[in-house]
Amino acid sequence: MAAAIEAEDLVKTFGEVHALDGVSLEVPEGTVLGLLGPNGAGKTTMVRVLTTLLRPDSGRAVVAGLDVLKQPNEVRGLIGLSGQYAAVDEYLTGRENLQMVGELYQMSPRDSRARALELLDWFNLSEAANRIAKTYSGGMRRRLDLAAALVVRPPVMFLDEPTTGLDPRNRMALWEVIERLVGEGTTLLLTTQYLEEADRLAHDIAVVDHGKVIARGTADELKAEIGGERIEIVVEDPAHLGQAVEALAPYAKGEPAVERHTRRITVPVSGGASVLADVIRELDARTIVIQDIGLRRPTLDDVFLSLTGHATFGDEDVEAADVEALEAAADAAGGTGDGDAARTVAAGSSSSEGKDS
Amino acid sequence: MSAVTTAGAIGSATPVQRGGAVQALRDSWVVAKRNLRRMTRIPEIVVFGMLQPVMFVLLFTYVMGGAIAIPGAPSNADTYKQYLMAGIFAQTVTFAVAGASAGIAEDMTKGLVDRFRSLPMARSAVLVGRTIADLVQSALTLVVLGLVAFIIGWRIHDGVLKALGGFALLLLLGYAFSWIGALIGLSVRSPEAATSAGLVWLFPLTFVSNAFVPVSSMPGWLQPVAYWNPFSASVQAARQLFGNLLPPPAPQATVWPMVHAVWVSVGWSLLITLLFSWLSVRKYRSAVG
Repeated sequence: MAAAIEAEDLVKTFGEVHALDGVSLEVPEGTVLGLLGPNGAGKTTMVRVLTTLLRPDSGRAVVAGLDVLKQPNEVRGLIGLSGQYAAVDEYLTGRENLQMVGELYQMSPRDSRARALELLDWFNLSEAANRIAKTYSGGMRRRLDLAAALVVRPPVMFLDEPTTGLDPRNRMALWEVIERLVGEGTTLLLTTQYLEEADRLAHDIAVVDHGKVIARGTADELKAEIGGERIEIVVEDPAHLGQAVEALAPYAKGEPAVERHTRRITVPVSGGASVLADVIRELDARTIVIQDIGLRRPTLDDVFLSLTGHATFGDEDVEAADVEALEAAADAAGGTGDGDAARTVAAGSSSSEGKDS
Repeated sequence: MSAVTTAGAIGSATPVQRGGAVQALRDSWVVAKRNLRRMTRIPEIVVFGMLQPVMFVLLFTYVMGGAIAIPGAPSNADTYKQYLMAGIFAQTVTFAVAGASAGIAEDMTKGLVDRFRSLPMARSAVLVGRTIADLVQSALTLVVLGLVAFIIGWRIHDGVLKALGGFALLLLLGYAFSWIGALIGLSVRSPEAATSAGLVWLFPLTFVSNAFVPVSSMPGWLQPVAYWNPFSASVQAARQLFGNLLPPPAPQATVWPMVHAVWVSVGWSLLITLLFSWLSVRKYRSAVG
């Protein structure tokens, strides 16, 4: 399969921050690549480079067979971009927004209008079509923004954290749309902080941190990489920890990890639920009282933790603070002619301060 | 969400490649329409934008007019009123700078500009569209201002055609200045800062000119500055075309830019437009060409 998106050794530095530190990736036609990483990992910078918004310091990128640096305008005609912040004009109606985008994609006014109405219908915005976007809810704006990215049915789409800040219902609805698009053959590069989102939507996942791809594979491959299932036990009496480890030994496929202060033992196993039943019987026979026991499969969370040594995402408050910090930095950067730089720098620095704790 | 409609070939991704200039004009008009629509959605901006110059007309005429004596001219408020209007009109169109700089700074801080930059549109269109919309707004403001001035007694004396020419020169000046505003808006990146940065230099520029008092009343060292001020040329040209030059025996400005004011005004406006549109578009596309 031909690659619809190809990046080779992209580097972008903002002052001291290596937003992209030699990123290479490839997205085969008709597939979804999930760029997974914390705030400031370089995801947005990657998207901005691939969508012609930002020029990398070095490296090469090809989108839909065209060189992003040499033929930016041709590339723009073949891509759709929907970002983290709904990029719609809040004083235009939903229909006017989509129609404007259509005309700027060089469609005729009549085709733009027809396509706008079609998309509004598709995204359940027909009733709000003639209201200005300022009156829309967050979910509606995000849908309008995604619709704007779909005006020309671009073969390659970039979605930068499409569901950040959405409630679960709107997130599910957006996922369904994205799945349909991909079903129709669109190639998609999706950035996300949500492991669940990458797990569900992406064929392939590239984990990025500090401007580097630190792991690459399907969700299953990544999970397999950090090992299979394991049993977690919390015993009631810390004095029983030693006995419990002994009891587990015949089933263990690796060294058990013992956390004395939480009275927790974690041991890799294989064989699924039947092993769990055996272990419970064994512990019971030794009259070891257990407070909690479970069979755990690795999540992408575990993958992330084991790859980066820090968890992926904080709570919404941290995110909101990041946005403020980044806007302030963009203001402060006035006159450099490149607020984008400031934006990414801010995201980078605030994440390294706040997120990892 | 309803079923995906796969039917219909509308919007297939085969962008039409148009000629550069034609596409640039078309894209600019699409953006101008957007900005004009926004004005109808936020009419306060337009209304207050009109009230301010109306206030200036009334204050200068009725409060200052009686006190400002023009050397050699019959000292009454009516003389000053006729003299003043071209100055106020010119000042009004140049204040479009603030609108352009604030509007563009606002656009640049919103995600919308990323959308524009990711579209296969002319790189200049976002800025040209903005300045065209500002030009339309300036024209509307001038109509209202002209009517107010007429009501309080301002008259043209040289025919409607020449007067329209005078207004056209003023709008050309305003258009040129909106490109200065565009560059400010691109450089400042916060709409609030852009508004004050857009206005602060306009006061010395419009006051060190022939707009409100004859240059001959200024200290000698300041007079050349005022005479060669691009703003003065447009005011003088408009006065000529309106037939509002001071009647003799008031001294007439005999320096070169004042005598050839119409052409000097056109020249300055074109020069400013070319220079600042080039600088602005260059700055706008600084990320990727």
